[in-house]
Amino acid sequence: MSETAFAMTGGRVSYEGKPVLRGIDLTVRPGEVVALLGANGSGKSTLVRALLGLTPLTGGQTLVYGRPPARFRDWWRIGYVPQRLQVGGGVPATVREVVASGRIARQSRLRRTSAADRAAVSDALEAVRLADRAGDPVQSLSGGQQQRVLIARALAGEPDTYVMDEPTAGVDAETQRLLADTLSGLVGAGKTVVLVAHELGPLEPVITRGVVIREGRVAHDGRPPRPEGDCARPGHEHQHPHAPEHVTSPVAGPLTGWQGEPS
Amino acid sequence: MIVELLQEELFQLALVAALLVGLCAPAVGTFIVQRRLSLLGDGIGHVALTGVALGFLTGTAPVLTAVLVSIAGAVAIELVRARGRTSGDVALALMFYGGIAGGVLLMAIAPGGSNAKLNSYLFGAIASVTVEDIWVIGALAAAVIAVVLIFGRELFVLCQDEEMARASGLPVRFLSLLIAVTAALTVVIAMRVVGLLLVSALMVIPVATSQQLTRGFRTTMGLAMVFGVLASVGGLLASTYSSRVPPGAAIVLLALAGFVLALGVGKFVRRGRTQESTLSERPKLRVEEVA
Repeated sequence: MSETAFAMTGGRVSYEGKPVLRGIDLTVRPGEVVALLGANGSGKSTLVRALLGLTPLTGGQTLVYGRPPARFRDWWRIGYVPQRLQVGGGVPATVREVVASGRIARQSRLRRTSAADRAAVSDALEAVRLADRAGDPVQSLSGGQQQRVLIARALAGEPDTYVMDEPTAGVDAETQRLLADTLSGLVGAGKTVVLVAHELGPLEPVITRGVVIREGRVAHDGRPPRPEGDCARPGHEHQHPHAPEHVTSPVAGPLTGWQGEPS
Repeated sequence: MIVELLQEELFQLALVAALLVGLCAPAVGTFIVQRRLSLLGDGIGHVALTGVALGFLTGTAPVLTAVLVSIAGAVAIELVRARGRTSGDVALALMFYGGIAGGVLLMAIAPGGSNAKLNSYLFGAIASVTVEDIWVIGALAAAVIAVVLIFGRELFVLCQDEEMARASGLPVRFLSLLIAVTAALTVVIAMRVVGLLLVSALMVIPVATSQQLTRGFRTTMGLAMVFGVLASVGGLLASTYSSRVPPGAAIVLLALAGFVLALGVGKFVRRGRTQESTLSERPKLRVEEVA
């Protein structure tokens, strides 16, 4: 079996005839911490979804640990943190129940919850510092805490590779720092991470590779671009609401900050 | 009075049917409400009427034809839903009307069909449950409970977050069809007790009642099953006091009364809860609040 987590060659995705990804080549090797960067609407979220097979490719191919997503079986190796503003369905679920659902890829249908399952869930809750809220309905948590629940759900599965779609979007500074600490821990344990980010913020030191997506293509791949201008000031809290899709004209490149010229 | 009733075979059969419905409908309903498909049961119920009428028309047991047609209807609804087009909403509506209209028409031309028979399926006729019905209802109930026990963990993930289910390698299409088919079986079980037009009430109201008081999914389902049994058995008992009280309506109204009561109690419970959590952690400023 291939140890390369993701290998996409010539990946194309169109939504109703409109191209979103226009030929992406991306290989993610074990131990890498890759940040997918780019303006809103650049296709970075579509790219992670395509890497996981959640969005079908209209051209090219992608492999998850050496197999096309449809024929990949070892899903326990992947921990996915989707981009969500709200966790949960129409019925309350406790924080522990949601986090425990991260074990699903490791559980067989008829086996009961094991001691290993319970230990992994408790560890994950500790890691995101929500152990004291384990019995509360997830719907009663703040946005940042709900994001931590989703991260804990991925941690509970003890995967080899984490895929996080905007884990820092719309969360408080404390959660961002907590995520940075968690990521350092994962990197230390030799895990692979692919994350989509609008801004790196406190995550910057742990990122080993930055891939900038511009208009559905890879515009920069290598050293994570350093923020410049106002964004580079020490203590700068770069928090702002997401710009609407059409205000995406400043594009990032290796010579500017990855978000383009600071506005 | 209840002791005398218990010795009557008709009442025994009705009681068993009410118990099975009270247990099954909320168990399946919890997944359906979590998936925000509360009206799925109504849709299947409408389609099932055509199945019942087909039974009369062909001289087969209506319960069996209802099972087949409502499974077909549930699968069709799921396929439309999975495509996720906005026109799906209209497609579903068309299917529901077709189900009722087809049922009424076929019933009218069927040899054994009559308005009384039609009414007994639309609004339930728990007093006319036969031994044969109980065997069918019992088998369906066993199937429903088995699905919940065996696939419950996967169905929870599916109904909670379908994308996560996909990224965990779960057989999403199979599980989606499974929950739709299980809902169809539940509709047929509940058909004799509360009637096709009120079937969904027993799948939704006990769950809505339960979640006023609970914090987790598992406890919501457990308590919903308790409320379901209380409502269905309570409604059945209420209908024995006067022949003018229809059991189906009594069961649903009792369930609704329980919901109103839980709403009041739940307000108290939650108020205590918020105070507790504000004491333990001060809510932080969030970006989406600023925006």
